[in-house]
Amino acid sequence: MKNTALTAIHESLGAKMVPFAGYNMPVQYEGVNIEHQTVRDNVGVFDVSHMGEFLISGPEALNLVQKVSSNDASKLTVGRAQYSYLPNATGGIVDDMIVYKIKEEQYLLVVNASNIDKDWDHITSHNTMNADMKNLSEDYSLLAIQGPKAVEAMQSLTSVDLSAIKFYHFEVSDFAGIENVIISATGYTGSGGFEIYCKNTEVEQIWNKVFEAGADYGIKPIGLAARDTLRLEMGYCLYGNDIDDTTSPYEAGLGWVTKFTKDFVNHEQLLEHKEKGVDRKLIAFEMDERAIPRGGYEIKDSSQQDLGIVTSGTMSPSMGIGIGMGYVPPIFATPGSKIHIQIRKKLVPATVVKLPFYKK
Amino acid sequence: MNIPSELKYTKDHEWIKIEGDVATIGITDFAQSELGDIVYVEVETVDETLDQEEVFGTVEAVKTVSDLFLPLTGEITDFNEKLEDEPELVNSDPYGDGWMIKMKFTDATQVDGLLSADAYKELVG
Repeated sequence: MKNTALTAIHESLGAKMVPFAGYNMPVQYEGVNIEHQTVRDNVGVFDVSHMGEFLISGPEALNLVQKVSSNDASKLTVGRAQYSYLPNATGGIVDDMIVYKIKEEQYLLVVNASNIDKDWDHITSHNTMNADMKNLSEDYSLLAIQGPKAVEAMQSLTSVDLSAIKFYHFEVSDFAGIENVIISATGYTGSGGFEIYCKNTEVEQIWNKVFEAGADYGIKPIGLAARDTLRLEMGYCLYGNDIDDTTSPYEAGLGWVTKFTKDFVNHEQLLEHKEKGVDRKLIAFEMDERAIPRGGYEIKDSSQQDLGIVTSGTMSPSMGIGIGMGYVPPIFATPGSKIHIQIRKKLVPATVVKLPFYKK
Repeated sequence: MNIPSELKYTKDHEWIKIEGDVATIGITDFAQSELGDIVYVEVETVDETLDQEEVFGTVEAVKTVSDLFLPLTGEITDFNEKLEDEPELVNSDPYGDGWMIKMKFTDATQVDGLLSADAYKELVG
């Protein structure tokens, strides 16, 4: 089991630690509801250093990124990032990721911890053009500082005007006394804020200064449990739950990051999915009664016919109702459609809704 | 970890308070802490007679769901209706206002098979 550079701090804060993607990670400090609410109302900090980072450089860097990534990286300018995914050879998804253009001929790919080895092997297998690839995952830490007060609370730590960094833009600058930190206006919560990429040797200083600066704003450390409820309230896909090697990006609603403006892995099959349509769609639903859907529960119609499977579900801490996502045939995917979730012995009615579940 | 000495326990992390032929049942401090924020306690077996080890309900936390097993054979007579609106009582007061059901048990010899506080303490380390 690997530790992040902050494991000792999490333990000293009384976090409940769990194994996640081969890392010993904090799942909860005070409680999932209060941590969730802290991010929705104020500002919270996640150690997500388990995430993987690949640096792709050199004259062939763009060619390699374009080959493996579904989105069009040629549209990126220095200081901008884009959400994307790695298509596989069979119409599914190797992983989803964020692509940063660090400078000319240099891209940073940020991938899921559970997929680091799989992604690395996949990208390497397509690197016939010999772009320079470095796996920085073990050397870099990532803090997500999220919430509506993140900008104000963190401004004293940097010379960059944080309020001027637009969504999915970033700056490489000073932060908490460390130079050359990536300050990225991205996140997985829907409540605004930043993600900070730095070296493992720098992260403890940054963590401590972030908590000093945030003290007057009610800042708290946030565990992976609240990270999951926050992302699910926004309907963000979680790899391994909502998308995987067998789900088409067109089933999962990822057509918006699939750009046929260039040649990339398996684009022919994905174009077919786009043009001919797919047999199922990822939907978002709310329970009509008090009940909590969970991943793996069956989705049925009113006559108990199987429609599909719930991929993610929880009690929404913000809304106090059961919410979930899952795959159903397209005719049941329209918002307002009535479906049923098999919860133990009961078939509980639910309604398909538009994302996000949570609206500010 | 709070493990009151006057109660009985099961390996499923339930506590049992015996008064005559009536047992009051809830989940332990250890169990509530492992589950995290509890958002729903579902018991739809009131007035039913079930065997020891049968599922009498479920407890849902934000992140997980867990079955509740009946520690003794008998009839479930009461559900703590306060939990309908305040399931968080199971977190804040697991041995008091967070109790879950009362039952009339039919086989007193089963009581001898329950864990003492000391035995339960050993179980959860």
